[in-house]
Amino acid sequence: MSAVNVAVVAFVQTRHSGEDTGLSETELLAPVITEIKERTGLRRFGFTCSGSNDYLAGAPFSFVAALDAVGAWPPISESHVEMDAAWALYEAWVKLLHGEVDTALVYGFGKTSQTDYAQVATRQLDPYYLAPLGLDADSLAALQARAHLEAVGKGEDALRAVAARARAAGRTNPHALDLPDPADDPYAVAPLRGYDLPPVTDGAAAIVLASGDKARELCERPAWITGIDHRAEPHSPGARDLARSESARIAGEKAGAGGVEVAELHARYTHEELILREALGLGDEVSVNPSGGPLAADPVMATGLIRIGEAAARVHDGTATRALGHAASGPCLQQNLVCVLSGEDHG
Amino acid sequence: MAEPCAIIGVGQTAYRTRRPDASMAGLLREAARRALDDAGLTWKDIDAVVIGKAPDLFEGVTMPEAYLADALGAAGKPIMRVHTAGSVGGSTAIVAAGLVQSGVHDRVLTVAWEKQSESNATWALTVNTPFTTSLVVGAGGYFAPHIRAYMRRSGAPDHIGTLVAVKDRENALKNQYAHLKIPGISREMVESTPMLWEPIRYLETCPSSDGACAMVLASSDAARSAPNPPAWVHGTAMRSEPIFFAGRDTVNPRGGIDCAADVYRQAGITDPRAELDCAEVYVPFSWYEPMWLENLGFCGEGEGWKLTESGATALDGDIPWNPSGGVLSSNPIGASGMIRFAEAALQVRGMAGEHQVDGARRALGHAYGGGAQFFAMWIVGSDRP
Amino acid sequence: MRSDVNHVLEFPGGYTRSVGPVIGRFLSELRDGRLVGVRTAGGRVLVPPAEYDPDTGEDVTDEFVPVGPAGTVTTWSWVADPRPTHPLDRPFAWALIRLDGADTALLHVLDVGDHAEPPRFLKTGMRVRAKFRDDRVGGIRDIECFRPEVTSITDPSRLEYRLQGGRALDRFLSGIAEGRIIGHRCDVCGQVIVPMKGLCPRDGVPTSEEVELPHTGTVTTFAVNNLPDPRAPEVPFVSAYVLLDGAGLTMLALVAGLPADQVRMGMRVRAAWRPREEWTKSMSNIKWFEPIDEPDVPFDEIKDYL
Repeated sequence: MSAVNVAVVAFVQTRHSGEDTGLSETELLAPVITEIKERTGLRRFGFTCSGSNDYLAGAPFSFVAALDAVGAWPPISESHVEMDAAWALYEAWVKLLHGEVDTALVYGFGKTSQTDYAQVATRQLDPYYLAPLGLDADSLAALQARAHLEAVGKGEDALRAVAARARAAGRTNPHALDLPDPADDPYAVAPLRGYDLPPVTDGAAAIVLASGDKARELCERPAWITGIDHRAEPHSPGARDLARSESARIAGEKAGAGGVEVAELHARYTHEELILREALGLGDEVSVNPSGGPLAADPVMATGLIRIGEAAARVHDGTATRALGHAASGPCLQQNLVCVLSGEDHG
Repeated sequence: MAEPCAIIGVGQTAYRTRRPDASMAGLLREAARRALDDAGLTWKDIDAVVIGKAPDLFEGVTMPEAYLADALGAAGKPIMRVHTAGSVGGSTAIVAAGLVQSGVHDRVLTVAWEKQSESNATWALTVNTPFTTSLVVGAGGYFAPHIRAYMRRSGAPDHIGTLVAVKDRENALKNQYAHLKIPGISREMVESTPMLWEPIRYLETCPSSDGACAMVLASSDAARSAPNPPAWVHGTAMRSEPIFFAGRDTVNPRGGIDCAADVYRQAGITDPRAELDCAEVYVPFSWYEPMWLENLGFCGEGEGWKLTESGATALDGDIPWNPSGGVLSSNPIGASGMIRFAEAALQVRGMAGEHQVDGARRALGHAYGGGAQFFAMWIVGSDRP
Repeated sequence: MRSDVNHVLEFPGGYTRSVGPVIGRFLSELRDGRLVGVRTAGGRVLVPPAEYDPDTGEDVTDEFVPVGPAGTVTTWSWVADPRPTHPLDRPFAWALIRLDGADTALLHVLDVGDHAEPPRFLKTGMRVRAKFRDDRVGGIRDIECFRPEVTSITDPSRLEYRLQGGRALDRFLSGIAEGRIIGHRCDVCGQVIVPMKGLCPRDGVPTSEEVELPHTGTVTTFAVNNLPDPRAPEVPFVSAYVLLDGAGLTMLALVAGLPADQVRMGMRVRAAWRPREEWTKSMSNIKWFEPIDEPDVPFDEIKDYL
């Protein structure tokens, strides 16, 4: 592996909104880009990479308009993943390892207020066996929730506890939504209730990565990426063990997930946090989703990137020495990315 | 500082209007398996998978890396999906190469595809939201005005586009995978077809294809045991610019110029026409050959059409462009860029078959997309850099 | 659709998907009403079949094997409020179902009938079977749904008879038809048997001395019924043994006219008759017994009639 060390040196996100405020995706993103440029003092970056999804916007090429927010002139070295922007960060990290460039801008954005995201997610499913059933993301998640609860012998109160903690944490985070303690919500799709589901959210986020001395120059306490890895498992929910996450386990192992103090998990449903804690070996001593996590703000396509940003922010402000950011993609945690960050500079 | 990256496997499907015999996964696996066979590897030997395609609306499966993960042998492995509009086939290959160059992985499978028969390309490319101000329908409607601007600016005679249309289709007759095979293709035949978007005639446009293209990329160590000669990556570059802004040159976009300059610098090339042996360049409308000849520095501005007219870009010319028949002969949009990159690799490996350029040792693969605003390029060579 | 929708993303006519050999075989068999899986090189059977082993990416073999039509639920979720795109417009379950003979599970609709809440029998491990549509077209929805495998049956049974109640009963009901309650006194024990049977069950002797009984009596014991029954009044209702004054044994009757929780052993009651014009030759002429304003009978006096 390359000797280049890469760090998260800046993280900016919108104050996420639970309803459409009338801003386009580009308008949501532009102030975030402006702020992160101000914060780093950089006007141009060695590489730029973003994550977004056409189906969220209901039209092709959603990333093209977003380029207007970046200031891509003169032309920039740029790429895009049709995935959560955490994978854009992965692509940028790989690029920085080459050593040709030493800074990268990564961003993601999404507005779930514009559509019914659980229904949009139907279009991600196997087009022969699953999508024709009209199966939505909430229904699929509920299948996994029951599989997990029954496998570990837990009850639904375990889910409620996750929601209560996430929402309480979210209320202390100015960027997250202000959601009340879980009430007696009816089942959305049993065994999941309303509070077990992610809230509708509009938002955007950006991260700047830098390598080596450039990172030290741009940030007082860079959050060094000591390990980052992502893994997938088979798509068909009937061809894998839904009760746990083998792909998260492997990614955590490869990224060196042990010994973290803080973990920001891309758990969009309450049970996913339980599955991920187990897969990543996070004990009770680990502070999980102090930001509130996706259950308190879920600007899809940026949600995973925000996890890495929040984890890095804990390193930046000195509250953690070693933190973990996690991102997921696909139905029922099919893909998982783990990024381990450290305040210790071994450069 | 980057590790060397070799292309040790290339696989393509036959490109057809419709592949009714293949599922989406089946189509990708057909290309991937041929690439694995070429590399002498099996699914389990692969460390990571990078896929790419144009908008998800084409097949109506969004973020399809989820559905395709295990179909591409990625259970327990990393898989990611790149999307940079029409340049995506090229940028996907570049992202995959990056995984090797950075030392993260030793063997990476990359696949790009489109199965356009599942819907309709014009629809998928121009779904308009209520707030879209564009009245354009389809790619031809967008690019025809730029072509007209080029003709005006360069003073090129009307028949240049026809020459490219004929040359690329003649090359396609030598390519077993090509979609459009028109025996006896001639200027008269092209000129007898209707104007679709004036000045673009029907046979001056690309077809709409189903198809997939795959490559296996490998580190030096992994390349050592490859059964066939590798191609080596000598440089990769991507550039993007906004689609609409005051003062933008849409005929000769700066993104293309800068991208070419970057990739030439990496490969140590100062005179591409002289130092490259052939090029696979994204030419979806015949007039883009002379336009890109200038944009990529194969000649001076306003001179591109003369190069085409002189036959320099023909298979037996001094700098053959699109010996495979190019995008004009096969166009599964999301794969078209990767086909350019893969064909460039086949040329320098000496494995291009009937359309092999004799003695090719260095070649350019090129892709562009969006409103001629996204560019991806690589240069590959027979020699390890 | 929400009224503020201003953009619809829909490819007209729907995507046309070629399915390839493996999915195509599965869907063709499905259209014929059969379920098949495909065997991997490692010997596992995939349902639904894929062209590849999901764990290794290797091609599957060309061996298709019959599976199901029964299977086992491995997990499920309950949709209380179906979306427009869902296959049912009333509450239903999604389930992963491992068909018999398969090593992977198929996701489909599990229809357990019309329930607002998941019924108790719906659980992981339950046995289910595919229900095929009649008009199959070769799609995953050729299976209309899965349904619970049969674990019990209802057995409708109807036989026709022409019965006689016997002379004693006929005589008793003739009395009832006239608003009278008639019994027989046993010559041996002296007890009044109502309704009479023409014999004393205790002494084994015929009886014939008719005695008309008053319409009042005492509740000896009773039950408060909370289990609904289509033939019974709304729950809770009280069924009681009523010892008519002068009778030697009790009659089972409804007690009403007061809250169920106020019915007492020893409570005095009177028969409440329907209006005379509704009378027929049946016990239904008496609606029920209702309390009368008399002191309760001490337990000692009824304890022998329990």
